[in-house]
Amino acid sequence: MKILLRQARVVDPANNLDDIRDILIDRGKIEKVASFISAPVEQTIDCKGKIIIPGIVDMHVHLREPGREDKETIASGTKAALKGGVTTILAMPNTNPAIDSVEQVRLLKSIIKETAQANVVISAAITKGRLGKELTEIPKLKKEGIVAITDDGSSVDSSLLLSKALRKAKEHKIVVICHCEDRLLSGNGVVNLGAVSTRLGLRGISKESEYKRVQRDIQLAEKARCPVHIAHVSCKESVEIIARAKRKGIKVTAETAPHYFALSEEELLTYDTNLKMNPPLRSKADVAAIKQGLIKGTIDVIASDHAPHTISEKDIEFDRAEFGIIGLETELSVAITELISQRLLTWSDLVRKISLMPARILGIDKGTLGEGKSADLVVIDPNKEWVVQKEGLVSKSKNSPFIGRQLKGVVEYAVFGGKIAYKSQ
Amino acid sequence: MKEKAKVLDQETINRSLMRIAHEIVEKNKGIQDVCLVGIRTRGVYLAERLAGLIKKIENKDICVGILDITLYRDDLTLISNQPILRKTEIDFDISDKNIVLVDDVLYSGRTIRAAMDAIIDLGRPKTVQLAVLIDRGHRELPIRPDYIGKNIPTAKNEMVQVKLAEVDGIDEVVITEKDGGNAGLE
Amino acid sequence: MAETQVWNKKDLLGLEYLSKEEIELILNTADSFKEVTTREIKKVPALRGKTVVNLFYEPSTRTRVSFELAAKRLSADVINIAVETSSVKKGETLIDTGRNIEALKADIIVVRHNSSGAAMMLAQHVNISVVNAGDGWHEHPTQALLDMFTLKEKLGRLEGIRVSIVGDIAHSRVARSNIWGLTKLGAKVTVCAPKILIPPGIEEMGASVTYNIDEALTDADAVNVLRMQFERDEADAFPKQLEYFKKFGITQERLAKAKKDLIVMHPGPINRGIEISSEVADCPQSVILEQVTNGIAVRMAVLFLVSQARDTGKNENPS
Repeated sequence: MKILLRQARVVDPANNLDDIRDILIDRGKIEKVASFISAPVEQTIDCKGKIIIPGIVDMHVHLREPGREDKETIASGTKAALKGGVTTILAMPNTNPAIDSVEQVRLLKSIIKETAQANVVISAAITKGRLGKELTEIPKLKKEGIVAITDDGSSVDSSLLLSKALRKAKEHKIVVICHCEDRLLSGNGVVNLGAVSTRLGLRGISKESEYKRVQRDIQLAEKARCPVHIAHVSCKESVEIIARAKRKGIKVTAETAPHYFALSEEELLTYDTNLKMNPPLRSKADVAAIKQGLIKGTIDVIASDHAPHTISEKDIEFDRAEFGIIGLETELSVAITELISQRLLTWSDLVRKISLMPARILGIDKGTLGEGKSADLVVIDPNKEWVVQKEGLVSKSKNSPFIGRQLKGVVEYAVFGGKIAYKSQ
Repeated sequence: MKEKAKVLDQETINRSLMRIAHEIVEKNKGIQDVCLVGIRTRGVYLAERLAGLIKKIENKDICVGILDITLYRDDLTLISNQPILRKTEIDFDISDKNIVLVDDVLYSGRTIRAAMDAIIDLGRPKTVQLAVLIDRGHRELPIRPDYIGKNIPTAKNEMVQVKLAEVDGIDEVVITEKDGGNAGLE
Repeated sequence: MAETQVWNKKDLLGLEYLSKEEIELILNTADSFKEVTTREIKKVPALRGKTVVNLFYEPSTRTRVSFELAAKRLSADVINIAVETSSVKKGETLIDTGRNIEALKADIIVVRHNSSGAAMMLAQHVNISVVNAGDGWHEHPTQALLDMFTLKEKLGRLEGIRVSIVGDIAHSRVARSNIWGLTKLGAKVTVCAPKILIPPGIEEMGASVTYNIDEALTDADAVNVLRMQFERDEADAFPKQLEYFKKFGITQERLAKAKKDLIVMHPGPINRGIEISSEVADCPQSVILEQVTNGIAVRMAVLFLVSQARDTGKNENPS
């Protein structure tokens, strides 16, 4: 189907573009991008005043299938993604069972083929069962098409094992995504360790448990001469360590989630479990450091760490509630509200963080609006304000910290593979 | 609320209290085993004044106690203002005594019923008598005063306000018209 | 004389959420109730026909009995539910239990739970009153209130007095509630414990910190001695009992160096020889038993006030 998108501000850093353009889509691809296009088409959409960006590539999403389809499925998760402007998802492997073998990857691929509404790429676990004892068969998994390995949810405690994994990953050109947490230090903590945890009477998770592991993982990556990607960076010290490593020329990329630059620990005084995640919300100083990290380029990627949980797992006592919040449907708006409106990032910077860089790190051909590329793109009204309502959430789970809050920026259309996969009401 | 009439001034109030003091002494044949218990708030000041007057008559002290009936009221859900709980201060044994409850205005009788419940919880008095400065009628319970300062018939939409120097700066009793608020409990 | 302070909260969740005036109202109301406890017939009909449910997820005899007596003296009916906490995942959720109690038309739930924030969570899900009898490490408001009531009785005021709290501050809800209450009423609070038992940022709550017991006792008007919690399962390194007594125990020798009329308090139950010596627990400066007596009056005041707020429809949602 031929679609013409007219006169949007097209932001495509992959092609150094930030200007008003027409985009012609045909047979699932971007046929043409030009100042003015005149062609017979089946559908024309007037995009004056709107912004078009390449579809968001969210490289940290928990889709929960197989195993916990009550929380989310590939189908519902990808549907929620499209509403948020996300057209490519990297599925995290901490499902039940974990994606740690060829059989599991194949099973997942078939579920994706049958039910996914958007593009889902696969990551596998670093260790079998994510138990941190035995490596998975990385070469075989690579053959099945995985693009990354991670034990996310846990860190690989054994330096020896992680080093081996890094070497294998380098050999087979897969990125290693590191969840940095020293469980011996974080223990049974549930919120950031500090004045707020003291006031709340809750066990604290020290920042040390994160940044010390970031330090270690970077050092191992340096030794193995293998690039490494640090997931969900939450604190000032981690940002500093990553900045120093980059200055030294070590190949490290880093990612943060919207809640780490939108929310701080003071919000937790109401014991709202929709603010409980791991790593936890940190202090205002850390929020400022994360923002600086994004501005200076220390943090390369914004990814949601979308972690759906059912009511029975969240609507309980704070210390017993599951860690994690959903984020696919709000990440773009939160980024616009906190970063674009505040003039901390330009649109090009933002698109780099949410689309181009994730695609490059994963080695997939996304995050670009070049002619001939797959037509995955988002039409955004950047000024429209909306209030996040529980009833309006598409995800199966409703554990969002932004319910009731006003955000700026709405996805009007999500185009996936040249088809309009989502249209706002 | 607007003031309709002033029915008692300082002089008439004092005369009424003087008469009540005499009546208490007469009825009880002296003040042996007689105790005054003032109901908060203004009943307390009236009880103290009566005690002073009785001392002049009998040249003896009469025991005075303070009763807070908040915990015994049956109307807590109906009043708009939350009552503040204050202390009951009765530091003598009331058993076998003739207790004279003292209050400023007698209306439905519910306050006095609550006061009697409170008194009974404190002991077993020989008699319980009631002295009020104003009886404004409209009883809802079978309660009758033994000593009355003045009978003032009123309409239900009126309010009787007793002002005492100790707390209001002036001694007077006025009738005011309510503009449809909740019935004050008197 | 116009009283301006009115109580309009259906729950009591913590002193953190109360204003100075609200705390003073509770203490003044408790004063009136103390008089009731000195009578022959220690009962008033204020909560007649109301039902108070003690929902205790943690074992406790003294607090539960104290609340039960307070409710009964107000003529309320009392039900005690002691919940086995062995397996957290088994059985009804706290919210479901609360809703069931509400469906039984109870009026007040007095809840003790080992999760911080549990009382608030319960209060947000039921329309009846919730009184926090201790939630995890977070708050134990009635304990702090009775501590403050006792201090006010003994010293005549709370403004400007110096109170030291000694013990496992990090894991103590009694400490937190006391810090909130005392600082709001103008007292100076110092906490004293071994370093690992002082939580980070406690100064932001308004308390000064010292790791030296003699320093804590110097110039103090009162010392509140906390139990050393040995039964709670902690991964932290705990000082051994005798060592703790040596370094932090309240003994006659230490008292001799402090103000001669230093008031000694303890929330109970006492561990003689661990945080406090037997002699000190029984000495004339100790008000430990008075605290217990005052606890009834304070809890009567709390039950009375929250019940009123709900009845008169003046309900402010918990913060």
